[in-house]
Amino acid sequence: MVEKATFTVKKGLAEMLKGGVIMDVTTPEQAKIAEDAGAVAVMALERVPADIRAQGGVARMSDPAIIEAIMEAVTIPVMAKCRIGHFVEAQILEALGVDYIDESEVLTPADEEHHIDKHQFKVPFVCGCRNLGEALRRIGEGAAMIRTKGEAGTGDVVEAVRHMRRVMSEIRRLTSTREDELMAAAKEMQAPYELVVQVAKEGKLPVVNFAAGGIATPADAALMMQLGADGIFVGSGIFKSDNPAARARAIVDATAHYNDPDILAKVSRGIGEPMRGLAAASLKEEERLQVRGW
Amino acid sequence: MKVGVLALQGDVAEHVSMTRAAGAEVVEVRYSNQIEGLDGLIIPGGESTTVGKLMERFGFVDEIRKHAARGLGVFGTCTGLILLSREISNSGQVRLGLMDFVVKRNAFGRQVDSFEADIEIPAIGDPPMRAVFIRAPYILSVGQGVEVLARFEDKIVLARQGRHLACAFHPEVTSDTRLHRYFLHMLSGKA
Repeated sequence: MVEKATFTVKKGLAEMLKGGVIMDVTTPEQAKIAEDAGAVAVMALERVPADIRAQGGVARMSDPAIIEAIMEAVTIPVMAKCRIGHFVEAQILEALGVDYIDESEVLTPADEEHHIDKHQFKVPFVCGCRNLGEALRRIGEGAAMIRTKGEAGTGDVVEAVRHMRRVMSEIRRLTSTREDELMAAAKEMQAPYELVVQVAKEGKLPVVNFAAGGIATPADAALMMQLGADGIFVGSGIFKSDNPAARARAIVDATAHYNDPDILAKVSRGIGEPMRGLAAASLKEEERLQVRGW
Repeated sequence: MKVGVLALQGDVAEHVSMTRAAGAEVVEVRYSNQIEGLDGLIIPGGESTTVGKLMERFGFVDEIRKHAARGLGVFGTCTGLILLSREISNSGQVRLGLMDFVVKRNAFGRQVDSFEADIEIPAIGDPPMRAVFIRAPYILSVGQGVEVLARFEDKIVLARQGRHLACAFHPEVTSDTRLHRYFLHMLSGKA
């Protein structure tokens, strides 16, 4: 029997992306640069997060013409973002044939209470999280891949580190929790009980977990990998830098060899200025993208 | 029996645990000088353009060819199949050319067309294998030395040439170790 869109097939693509870098691109030319550098996938966008942050206003799904032009330009998987809770944007992205949808806090949320019921879609979804409970709620809704949120568009890795450490330490804590205490743990972290039991037993998330939000250098990428990320999203960090092609390639190499300081030193050399960035600690509460969604 | 899993990008961990379960000693291969002394090498599922570029940048292409000439067997799944090919019909990207076939990338379509299905593989016997195809390639045509081991709807999805094995789907994301055991038998001359 032939079956499409099973959970195995949906999370399977994310498994094939492990150890790789997914890059935000806004034009077919940028998509080619990303592919030539060795990106495992691209995120097709109208504006990178740093510009969304600078320009303000309502950020929505990109124009399908831009997404289609990028899909035409490369052979690697193409992802696109929809607003949190905006299931019609997701329907449109599925109709376009994108390979993955990011239900993203970088865009202005369309629903402040409900995320998309992702089980209803054939296309797989990736969602952001700041802690284990949030990750398991998204997986409960059908997300086949998770990424930590970090603070997008800043070039400051501090929030990505905070969220990855939090998720990994909460997983470790669950593995040493008595079985008869798991219901209370599920209640406390507001996560589906069955998924809490699964994580406690297996010692890992049931889906792949990438790092995102503020990664701007090869060292940042390797830091997130050493903290336990399965792979890396780079948003503004590449095309807001001095030399995108060189930086993109260096981040790919650093992600593959994240545990080898000699290679990290070599690839970090002479790749131009990183994006200028914005200290995440200087943001006002209403400027923080990570608090969107629940 | 010592088998390496190429650990540059992709579902490395899955292949490591499957190969271990199949009974081999397994090492993750991050540097080209680790290929010395291996009986077999597995190229996992991943993104073929990425793995190909990393193989070039870190000196794997010539090294794998050199060791294949002395008898190293290579097993590639999905991305690995593409990299084993002589020719890629729709791309000029790097490949090892260790197996005489022409492959088409993303041949079944994009992710929404990805699927799983039961595949009959006479070489490993009953029951059929649950095969997971993810943006998968298939083999368009094979040269004389290549043995076709399985098809899905007329498309060639599993093939062998000497000590090399190429598979369009992902046995490593299931719990069925039969293809990994078959590869180990190939290496030891039992299959």
